[in-house]
Formats: sequence, structure tokens, C-alpha cells
Amino acid sequence: MIEAQTHSPIKVGLFITCLADLMRPQVAFAAVALLERAGCRVRVAREQSCCGQPALNSGDRASTMNIAKSVIRAFSRDDFVVVPSGSCADTLINKYPDLFRHDVRWAGRAQGLADKTFELTTFLVDQLGAELDQVSYPGVCAYHDSCSGLRELAIQQQPRTLLDRVEGLSIRELEDGNACCGFGGLFSVKYPDLSGRIVSDKCAQIAQTEADTVLGGDLGCLLNIAGRLRREGRDLKVFHVAEVLAGMADGPAIGEAESEDKA
Amino acid sequence: MSVSTASQRVEFQERARQALQDTSLQRALAKARGGFVDHRLDAIEALPEFDAIRDAARDIKNHVLANLDGYLELYEQQVIENGGQVHWARDADEACQIVAGICKDVGAKTVTKGKSMVSEEMHLNPVLEAAGMTVVETDLGEYIVQLAGETPSHIIAPAVHKTREQITDLFHEHHSPLGYTDRVTQREALVNEARSVLRERFVTADVGITGANFLVAETGANVIVTNEGNGDLTSCLPRVHIVTAGIEKVVPSLDDLSVLLRVLARSATGQEFSAYTSLYSGPRRADDIEGPEAYHVVLLDNGRSRLLGGQYQPMLRCIRCGACLNHCPVYGSIGGHAYGWVYSGPMGSVLTPLLNGFDQSLDLPNACTLNGRCKEVCPVRIPLSDLLLKHRVEQHERRLSPGFGRFLLGVWAWLACRPRLYQGVMALPLRLMYLLGRRRGVLAWLPGAGGWTGSRDFPAPAGRSFMRQWQNRKVKS
Ligand code: SF4
Repeated sequence: MIEAQTHSPIKVGLFITCLADLMRPQVAFAAVALLERAGCRVRVAREQSCCGQPALNSGDRASTMNIAKSVIRAFSRDDFVVVPSGSCADTLINKYPDLFRHDVRWAGRAQGLADKTFELTTFLVDQLGAELDQVSYPGVCAYHDSCSGLRELAIQQQPRTLLDRVEGLSIRELEDGNACCGFGGLFSVKYPDLSGRIVSDKCAQIAQTEADTVLGGDLGCLLNIAGRLRREGRDLKVFHVAEVLAGMADGPAIGEAESEDKA
Repeated sequence: MSVSTASQRVEFQERARQALQDTSLQRALAKARGGFVDHRLDAIEALPEFDAIRDAARDIKNHVLANLDGYLELYEQQVIENGGQVHWARDADEACQIVAGICKDVGAKTVTKGKSMVSEEMHLNPVLEAAGMTVVETDLGEYIVQLAGETPSHIIAPAVHKTREQITDLFHEHHSPLGYTDRVTQREALVNEARSVLRERFVTADVGITGANFLVAETGANVIVTNEGNGDLTSCLPRVHIVTAGIEKVVPSLDDLSVLLRVLARSATGQEFSAYTSLYSGPRRADDIEGPEAYHVVLLDNGRSRLLGGQYQPMLRCIRCGACLNHCPVYGSIGGHAYGWVYSGPMGSVLTPLLNGFDQSLDLPNACTLNGRCKEVCPVRIPLSDLLLKHRVEQHERRLSPGFGRFLLGVWAWLACRPRLYQGVMALPLRLMYLLGRRRGVLAWLPGAGGWTGSRDFPAPAGRSFMRQWQNRKVKS
């Protein structure tokens, strides 16, 4: 575990993730807030876009390696890299080293990035043992464990540990919580019928819990779930776990209209 | 068979679409799914050393694959010593000819079959029927599928796609002429009716054909695991017993067998052991009370040996337990037939392109969210989702994936390596989507991703990227 010291803060680079950057900036702001409150100095490298999963999962190794190289370069100065997404973190931690396994020039650098990269909740809990500021969220929350986070990085307990300390919040577990939500990145575009079917199963399970909020650590899944919930006309709120932990879940949820006065 | 890749693609998607709309199928799948998952979980929770046994099972299979030629020869020797014969078949056609030849030589009229996925892979039934023989499936699930004129949709539960009402109708239609005029609807009664119809066929059969879950090299035995006991009747009653098996089924010893059996049933049905685990080692000996007069083993390669030593070799560890199907959200949504061949679910999506030809099933490796649950439950630790990704890489490198998609991906990837440009290019569509969606918070339709919004809304973006806002914040502060 890392010890935070007031005179030399822990230097963390934030990997925003392309979805948070474009779709839900508040997730990244929440991540920054949480890290700063935990005593880190956060740097946001300008030279970042996406981790390359769309190319990787389409079998385009060459493109993925190009993107990976630019990510490795962009974060070479940071002591740690923190990612508010299990699947993007998995890409940096597990997939990059594998891609460059036979590349003498890059294998070491890819491993170097992998070794200092953490998903946000695991960094806060396992690395910092962070005591978060007291926040409250009055809600019954269903937690969606995203597949890459759960299976590749063993993220399951960490977000729950953090949420335990949120006042007014309780968690309901899904009946088959290990099941995929059907997002799968480009899968949801290439096979929309299948993806739609899987996410409606997921939403049925969420509804069964009678929760009023859905939380998770991966924006892709959350956009998928929120989109389906809205289509079904259910008024559950969907937030990234970081938004709740940072006390930023008082505005419109994912897929929710802006309030009247602002719009 | 040369079908253009474009039409294949449409075929899978079309079959999947039909499956999603088939209400009986959906009911049957929904009923089966939870049961398999829960039972497996109960079984492995009751066995703390399950993971260690899985490692051992994987190691045994790896060891066999690394020494396959040796173990196959040893196995053949043992079979011959026991009085049986081994036939080697390069492909499905050759295997069918061998089996048909044996049947013709003994003047077979009726052939009973116990469950054998390899015989499905060979498309054996039509060949025997064309030669004038009556083929009777004796596994209840396979029997149902045969009556319906279909193929199995699951490697261990062939008729899992059928509802009980459909089975009632099928039995009523086919059994009424035999004197079973009552419409039976209860599970037990259906099983009993099938039993009594089948019993007669068992007695009159000339040849019995079974598959093999394992082949034991040290003893020359083939092993069948069932819950119905039909395998025993198929193997022992007819004059001739033919075993059809893939070459990867061999295991060194009975000790190894017991390790694999410990993971097989638990992964498949959540049982500690299947009701029947039977070992057959050749024709009847002088002092045996029962057993066939002749015993043949047809070993099928059909593309398997090509996988040895390559990146897909781990797939040959598969013991056909079906766990990956049972935990796959895509399989759970569409069932097995949509996959287009005998093997379905994750293992089918890996295996079908390898055995049938890459361009025959371009969709299969792509129609997967890469959620990895298959890999997690596989008892011999086959990295199924990683293998699917290898398929995608191979499709990409051999330029088999659709050109337009590759082009878009290329442009996007080029941009993604140039973050500042990327941020600039993304700003406009982002703003547009924001303006269109902000009143409702979602977009009900999205140009270029019409499919996405077919079944769900698209949450509206925030209008200004984090990067933009962050830069401004820094300027202000
Ligand atoms: S791939 Fe693994 S889980 Fe799937 S059927 Fe084969 S052994 Fe079972």
C-alpha cells in the first residue's frame, strides 16, 4: 500500500477513457476529485484518446499497437495511471503487454505501464486504503459488475467497500450478477438484436431487485443499461460509481434529461 | 461446399433473428438456463479442491496432446489385443463410409445409436438411411430431435430447445400409430412412453453405435457417460458395437480418467457423477454373459490434427461438457441451431471455423461480447474468449472481415493515435448529439448505429468533452 505524505503527493495520471471524455465528463471529474481528496496530485495528459479496444476486439493488432504506443508515451511521466473503467484498465494492464510480447523495444515499456496502472476503485481501496469524505446518496442501488473488471482484474469487493461508507445507500445484488450486460463495445453495433436481447435480460434482473439506482464502474455497460431502461420506460437512475462516491450524483443521471432551469 | 462469405453472414444473423422471435424456443431456453448455472455452482461449491482438479484435468489433456501419436498407437494396440478393430478416418466422408461398410457387411437392417456428437459431425444418419437401414436414436433428447427431423441444439442436452408441449405433440403424432393413443404431458410419462417404444428397437437392432467421452489408452476401453443407461443397451445388445470418436478423446490411464470424470459431470449438469459411467473394452469373451460379437472403433480426425502445435491447440482439450454453452449469453438468447453446425456456443464458435473452414462461419467468432464467462467455467481451462479473439485477428489479417468496417476502423484508429486532432474531430458530432438529446436525455435514433437504437435509447452526451472542460478549468484557475 502506498503512503500519502503531505509534502510529496502521489503523482497520478488520469486515463480518462474515451467514453467518459465524450459521453460523461462528470465521471472523470469525479475520479479527479476522489484522487485529490485521497492525497494524489492528478495530471491529465493531453495526448490521450482511447485505449484501443475497438481495434483490439476487431482483431486489428497493428492499429491497436499504434494506439497503445501513444498511450504508453503519454503516461511515461506518471508514477501511477488510474482508469475509471475496468475494461479499459484491463486493456492497459493485460492486453498491451500481450500485444508487445515479441517486441524487444516495447515489451518492457508496455509492462512498465501495466505495472503502474490501476482501475479507480481498486486504486483507492487496495493501493491507498483511502478514507473517503463522508457523502450521502439516498438510494437502493443495484451494482453491475462489468465483465472485464470482474474476471480479468477481480474487481468486485472494492466498489462495495467504498459504497458501504456512503450514507443512506444500500446495495442489492442481482440474482445472476456475473452475467454480461450485452454491451461488448462494437458487438452492440454489429449484433444489435443479440445485444438488445441480453441487455433486456439484465434490466429484468435489475428490476427484480426493486432498486431505484444502478451503479457500475464501466461507462460502456452503464450507457447500454441506461439506454435500455429508458426505452422500457423505467425511471431508475444510472450513475458511475465514482459520481456517487464523489458526491456528484445530484444532477441528471446517465440518459436523464437536464433539469428544466438549465435546459 | 462453397458459400460466399456475405451470404454466410446473413445466414447467421438471419437464424439468430428468427431464434429471438421464436417464442417456444425462448421459453425452452429460459427454462433451461438458470438450472444449469445453479446446479454447477452448487456442485463445485461442495468440492473445495475443484480448481486444483481442473488444473490437473488441463494438464492431463495437454500431456496427451503433446504425445497424441504415442497414446493413439497404444490405444489401438490395446483394442486389438481385446479383440476389437480400429479404423482411422481422415474426414467425415471416410468415417461414414467405414461405418456404413461395417453395417452392410453384417447385413444390418436396424441400427441403434447412443448419443454421439461425432456421428452428428459426420452426418452419419442420412448415409445409413440411404443404404436402406433404419436408424434409431436411443438417447431421449436425440430421439426427440430425430422425430422432429432436426439436429441437436446442445452437446449434452440435444432437445433443450423444445418445450414439453412440443414434445407431447411430437410423441402423440409419432407414437399413436404404434398404439400409444393417450396424449401424455407429464415428464415422467413422456420418458416412460419413449422407453417402451425404444425397448423394442433395442432388441431388434443389428448394430449399435455410440460415441465416447474418453478412450483409455492403457486398457483400450471406451467410456460413455449418460444419465439414461441407453448407452449400455446400445453397446451390449446388438451383434456389433461401433464406437465413433474424435482422435483427441484418448487419455493415458484409468487414473487420468477418474480426474476428468470428476470435473465432467459437475461442469455439465452439476452432478457429482452421471448416473451411468460405462467402460467397454471389446467384443464378448468366451465366458462373458453378454456383449457384442464384434467391436469396432472409428477414429475421426476431420481437421483436428491440423490444430496440433498451433495457437488453437487448447481447443482440443475440450471434453464436451457444455458448461460454456450454459453460461453464454449469446447461446442463451438464440440456442444452438443458429450457429449452423453440430457444435454451438463458445466452443462451437471456436471449433466450427477450424474444422469447417474459416470463411464458412465468419460471424461466429465475432458474435460474442468477450465477457469471458466461458473461459471462467471451462473445466479444462480452455481460454475460449481469447481463442475467439485469435480468430478475429486471423480474419482481419486475411482480410476476411467486411471492407467498409475495416476502412472505418482504420480511420478511427488513425485519429485515435493523434489525440489533439481526434478531440477536434469529435467536438462537432458531440455537440450535435447533445443538442438533439438534451431535452429527453437520450436519443431514440442515431445515424450509423440504427441497430443500437432498435432496442434501446442512446444516452445523450454532455456536449463538451472532459478534455475541453479540463483545459478551460486550468486556464481559469
Ligand atoms: S470448451 Fe470447456 S466448457 Fe465448453 S464444452 Fe468444452 S470442456 Fe466444456
